[in-house]
Amino acid sequence: MTRFAKNSLGRMVPAEVPGVGPFDPYSGPFQRINSVHGIVGASVRLRTVDRHGSKIAASLEQAIKNSGLENGMTISFHHHLRNGDAVMPMALETLKNMGYKNLTFAPSSIPDAHDCVADYIKCGLIGRLYTSGVRGRLGGLISSGEAGIPVVIRSHGGRARAIEEGQIEIDVAFLAAPTCDKLGNISGSSGPSACGSLGYAITDATYAKHVIAITDNLVDYPVARNISIPQYRVDQVVSVNSLGDPKKIATGAARITRNPVDLKIAHDTFRLMKVSGIIAPGFSFQMGVGGASLAVSVYLEEYMKKKGIVGSFGLGGISGHMSRMLEEGLFRALFDVQSFDAVVTESVSGNQNHVEIDSSWYANPFNAGCIVHNLDCVILAALDVDVNFNVNVLIGNDGVLRGASGGHCDTAAGAALSIVVLPSFRGGVCSIKDSVSNVTTPGETVDAIVTERGILINPLRQDLLALARGAGLPVVDIGDLKSRVEKLTGVPEQQERAGGEVVAVVEYRDGTLIDAVYRPER
Amino acid sequence: MINNSKNKKNNRPCRSMLYIPGDSPGMIQNAPVFGADSILLDLEDAIAASEKDAARKMVRSFLRSFDFGDLIVTVRINGADTEYFKKDLMDIVPCRPDAVRLPKCSSPEDVISADSLISEIELESGIPVGCVQLHAMLETALGIENAYQIAIASPRVSALTLGGQDLTADMGVQKTRDGWELFYARSRVVLAARAAKISAFDTVWADINDPDGLFKESKQIVELGFTGKAAIHPSQIEVIHRAYRPDPKELAKSQRIVEAAKEAAREGKGVISVGGRMVDAPVAARAENLVAVASLYDYEEESPV
Amino acid sequence: MIARTASAGSLESSDCLVTVTPSESFELDYAGANKKLFLKRTEGVARQVLAEYSVENARLHIQDQGALEATLRARIETALERAMENLGS
Repeated sequence: MTRFAKNSLGRMVPAEVPGVGPFDPYSGPFQRINSVHGIVGASVRLRTVDRHGSKIAASLEQAIKNSGLENGMTISFHHHLRNGDAVMPMALETLKNMGYKNLTFAPSSIPDAHDCVADYIKCGLIGRLYTSGVRGRLGGLISSGEAGIPVVIRSHGGRARAIEEGQIEIDVAFLAAPTCDKLGNISGSSGPSACGSLGYAITDATYAKHVIAITDNLVDYPVARNISIPQYRVDQVVSVNSLGDPKKIATGAARITRNPVDLKIAHDTFRLMKVSGIIAPGFSFQMGVGGASLAVSVYLEEYMKKKGIVGSFGLGGISGHMSRMLEEGLFRALFDVQSFDAVVTESVSGNQNHVEIDSSWYANPFNAGCIVHNLDCVILAALDVDVNFNVNVLIGNDGVLRGASGGHCDTAAGAALSIVVLPSFRGGVCSIKDSVSNVTTPGETVDAIVTERGILINPLRQDLLALARGAGLPVVDIGDLKSRVEKLTGVPEQQERAGGEVVAVVEYRDGTLIDAVYRPER
Repeated sequence: MINNSKNKKNNRPCRSMLYIPGDSPGMIQNAPVFGADSILLDLEDAIAASEKDAARKMVRSFLRSFDFGDLIVTVRINGADTEYFKKDLMDIVPCRPDAVRLPKCSSPEDVISADSLISEIELESGIPVGCVQLHAMLETALGIENAYQIAIASPRVSALTLGGQDLTADMGVQKTRDGWELFYARSRVVLAARAAKISAFDTVWADINDPDGLFKESKQIVELGFTGKAAIHPSQIEVIHRAYRPDPKELAKSQRIVEAAKEAAREGKGVISVGGRMVDAPVAARAENLVAVASLYDYEEESPV
Repeated sequence: MIARTASAGSLESSDCLVTVTPSESFELDYAGANKKLFLKRTEGVARQVLAEYSVENARLHIQDQGALEATLRARIETALERAMENLGS
């Protein structure tokens, strides 16, 4: 029988995940971070290769044989090729055909398109799953409890920490390499499958015991420009015909939304940022690519231009719009852990101030300074929130997993002003709950929530509340808005949760358990 | 301090009226966030004959239970010459929208017959007689010629609105981008409305992908004296509002006049003077209106989206 | 009295499609993404509308695409009126 503990948010979390190990319950956003100083983390495995030799393996199968991979070991992948990625399915299919069982599948995240991962769980190839999130058929399988494997969901910063702390020991990293030479120098920003930054893969390459680069663009030695991962971290190189569908890898820049609800949210978010006083010279900023977040940056761009404000850096998943702001001189640098579209890829390769960063540099709380801890403002999306400002980005209204943790809790904790944007109701259901089905990001790290029907300010931020009220912004009480919206939608019936079967656990960025995912009622 | 308990909506500037099809719950439920000063829930042209009943029920249901906030809510009913006219009024009037818009008003008699039916319904449903205002839509040549008589046909009439599409058809001309064919009709509607001391609303700009054309036309109708303009898409609202945004210089001048008027009132003087020059009462009234409209704008910021 | 089967509404988001059918008893078949969250609310609204029209027995099928209560009510009313209309008129 699993023991449960109540964490400081009042969520029941298991003390141990069978097959994974013990976990401490979450006790506050900076509790564990403050006590980590001096602990020794993971070590890097030393190895050597023949001088003047070649790292080219004849086939992926041969490379896997050479790697020494055994049943029960851990494999990793990156998700930089987005929905165009063909490397995860290719490698999983090869591993299945080679007869492997019970591997720990630990990608940086799983693209929406990869429903096939569900099949590799069912056939026994994948025996544990560590990821940022799950969606679609895979989300359905995990939520149903029928997968029968341990699942740990981590944020991007949390995953980097887990790798560096030794919690995730990667035995073999399979790295899709848009451009690669015979000794394994890898660049993400050129080649037919160019994707820009390889930020998540850099951390994997640093700590994995064995690294296999898989490329569809094997170039003469050396890759001279924009090396994301250097040869001394790569053990083997496999050349394949294609890494995937270039059209889905290099998507066009996201268009600014015309949805009036999103535009209203974006405008009020911008107004809140403005009255907070944070948009000043040296300003730093991160945003998502959702409709409302992207539209915020349009207001921001206009305002910074008009006022002659030059920011210090833009961070994160970088969109085409942010790289345009870099071109316009509105930021002095972009720190890019993951590029969102084709425009960004060009910027990574062409603009010296567009800096490719690894996931540890981005958001790992257990190093000598990740960038999210210097961030002024972040705009974040959500599936729903609760009256304590807790945010769920993982579970839909039907109780099924359908999202990814991403950098949500990392940036919320790090940024001086973290704003969650979401419509007050979606699909006929109020977005504000008494208690969210899952806490991905704790309310104590969220400063404000902006909806189309009002701005909600965390009572912990009385200073911000005073500024917003003083400027005449439409500030409303979160409980009042919830009742107002529920008058329109009706009050949803309570869904059972506690006491049910745990199908996944959700780590906070520091490795403690912030929540568990329970199987919804059938 | 005097507590002005009168419906504050009636004193608010109403620059924009957004048409929303009465059968479109996805749009109606977001009406308060579009930024319009008022909405026009449409039971007429936007609704197919087979869905007239559905739209009527939808509008009624929202009027009864939905919180529209500060929005001025009006409903365009079907014309008196249709089988829906009476059913529309019977279902809608008891829900007390701010106004109903009566299409195809060509004579004072059109207004009078609608007015008496509305009064009957108000009586029956126990709401104050006259509480539902009437916006008379002029969209025939005859209606334009009778504009003033229509405006004063009932105290219920609180606005004249121009229906440009049908009117140009009735005139046998095409609606052009420059709108010269409507110049006389527009001027006539504005003068009739001003003479009757009621509002005047201009027709729609049909091309939602031409915000520049809309802005140009909006500027024109602001200069002609219309108090507001109809919109057929949420994206048009901001453009119309931009056309109504008082020029900062003119605003500064108006603010001085308003200050001077206050001072004159304080000191019990009958004459308002700014910088030694006399200001006439209509000029002072206009300045006051301009300052009120300006309060709706953030002069710090211009909306880029 | 419910004279025949009739529908109102649509399958667009924020709407619902209501179908009313003659029946010996009250029956509700509520489908859609929110079926677990709003079954009681929906039954409450349906019974209330039926009572307003003095109809006791009817079978309602509701495919909910995220409708607000106001929308749900309007669609049930419309479907009901259509099902009750005299065929002769």
